Amino acid sequence: MAKKVAFLQGNEAAAQGALYAGCTFFGGYPITPSTEVAEVLSIELPKIGGKFIQMEDEIGAMASVIGASLTGAKVLTATSGPGLSLKQELIGYACIAETPVVIVNVMRGGPSTGMPTGPSQSDVMCAKWGTHGDHPAICLVPASVQELFEETVRAFNLAEKYRTPVMVMPDEIVAHMRERIVFPEPGEMEVINRTAPSVSPAEYKPYDTKFGDVPPLAAFGSDYRFHVTGLNKAEDGFPTTKAALVQAEEERQVRKVEANVDDIVTFEEYELADAEVVVVAYGSTSRSARFAVNEARKQGIKAGLFRIKTFWPFPDKQIAAIAGKAKAIITPEMNLGMCTQEVQRCAQGKASVSGIFRVDGEPINPGQILEKIKEVK
Amino acid sequence: MSFDYDKYIRPGKLPHIWCPGCGHGIVMKGLIRAIDTLGLEKNNTAIVSGIGCASRLPGYLDFCTLHTAHGRAAAFATGVKMAKPEMNVILVGGDGDGTAIGGNHFIHACRRNIDMTYIIMNNNIYGMTGGQFSPCTPTGAKASTTVYGNPDPAFDVAKLAIGAGATFVARGTAYHATQIDKLIVEAVQHKGFSVVEILDDCPTTYGRRNKFKSVIEMMNRLKDVAVPVKAAEKMTAEQLEGKILTGVLYKEERPNYTDEYAKVIERAKK
Repeated sequence: MAKKVAFLQGNEAAAQGALYAGCTFFGGYPITPSTEVAEVLSIELPKIGGKFIQMEDEIGAMASVIGASLTGAKVLTATSGPGLSLKQELIGYACIAETPVVIVNVMRGGPSTGMPTGPSQSDVMCAKWGTHGDHPAICLVPASVQELFEETVRAFNLAEKYRTPVMVMPDEIVAHMRERIVFPEPGEMEVINRTAPSVSPAEYKPYDTKFGDVPPLAAFGSDYRFHVTGLNKAEDGFPTTKAALVQAEEERQVRKVEANVDDIVTFEEYELADAEVVVVAYGSTSRSARFAVNEARKQGIKAGLFRIKTFWPFPDKQIAAIAGKAKAIITPEMNLGMCTQEVQRCAQGKASVSGIFRVDGEPINPGQILEKIKEVK
Repeated sequence: MSFDYDKYIRPGKLPHIWCPGCGHGIVMKGLIRAIDTLGLEKNNTAIVSGIGCASRLPGYLDFCTLHTAHGRAAAFATGVKMAKPEMNVILVGGDGDGTAIGGNHFIHACRRNIDMTYIIMNNNIYGMTGGQFSPCTPTGAKASTTVYGNPDPAFDVAKLAIGAGATFVARGTAYHATQIDKLIVEAVQHKGFSVVEILDDCPTTYGRRNKFKSVIEMMNRLKDVAVPVKAAEKMTAEQLEGKILTGVLYKEERPNYTDEYAKVIERAKK
């Protein structure tokens, strides 16, 4: 039987991806250019007995999804830059309380209100450093409508697997473009559910490290009663200020992600085998970059593309390997050099790194990238 | 026979953090008695709080307990209740947590009339951070950030709740300890968003700055200012000057949020 095919907008695909992954709760607050995610789910969730709630503000939206997640639901919220800023307080809460939540953040211009309908890639640092304290960060940066669907499914899987918030961050172009999408059949894509406790309710501890770095999570309203707090906590979930415990817990929370980078980090390599000039790009910019690389190859320049699909954790070792082989790296991005700094950090001076930065609400076009490739070759 | 509070206290979690003379312990005992009267199932009851002295209360109780971020209790609790409407959800917190940083979540929980009970322990001050003034600190009172006297007008929590759409609003005091559980019982039984404001005292950061010589003196103030709503009906405006009404102040029947959303699901499935 032929697979279901549709012509969808990116945001609509994100909503469909959430449903495929088993999302049953959406709490949000309207903000351009992410609103279609909420609109689609307000229609689709009640059809399957799921819940949609439009909260009073972004902070309330984030709080509602954490509360719902603790009852065992798979949860989603969607926002954009200024909303992400407001959500940061409780993204930190979800990190320390180790509650799975998925956040679709459509990147628009900034800081502050910026350009509500202008594309941008300037929230990538906010995804890692926005909330205070040390914490894990997982952030996916899809480049097409199909990928926005698939990466949203993967975001749910990672959130449930590692008990942590996961962000899906399309730029406005990817979120608002319409493309052909082929829906996977049920069961075709992996769907991961959080690990339920194997011990009796009396023995259950929500952060019991004897089950590894990601302890099983029970649900409120089941047979298990437990305490959740935003304070530094011991394995039973109750606050502690014992130095050794706090240190160990913080390290474990970060380690959940850092020790599993190979499971989490995804990327695409294109024409890299003999590339002397490598374009490192993500989101819609990577599509212009692919076009530019093809043009450069036609003109006899050995160009290649490394497409970042998982921005956090950053693909450190892959970039370091490229820097060890290529002469020059070009990082086009719709901000003033956020990814470029990371690439420079990984390259450690082994290859020249130069950026193309646009923050004027216009996409970076292939011509600009091609010009830069010729300049550095 | 004395009441067995231990049945509801988490083993090993006492002593509590509250100062001698604090009213929060009286409220906690009232809440426990109310839960016992109502026969709420431990596994099916979530107690949610924000930040501050009062917000430590859930940790002492053997239920599904959630100590959230400053002011966010109502929003977290809304998520819990929406996702699992069959759960009993009770919120506890202080006046600063609920009406300042949490003001927006509070008024919207009232407006939605979501079926939860919010117990606001109003001691007129930010206790845990050292006695800064709150939206409920009386005008002219001393706080660590109003040493010249508080210039701000104070919120009337009950009026705020009624104005925002809460369908059950009651007020009690920590002095009138036996009334607390009765008000909470009625609030939890009410189908919709219920608010129970309980006036209590912070001798440590409010009393000593505002010339209360002792805890007893603060308690006596609560006794003196409280007037039951029934008794108030027979009193003149002059007699009511400076008094605070206690008891069930407001009650109405209005569709509640999760029941209404269940209808949305029914319509969507057609």
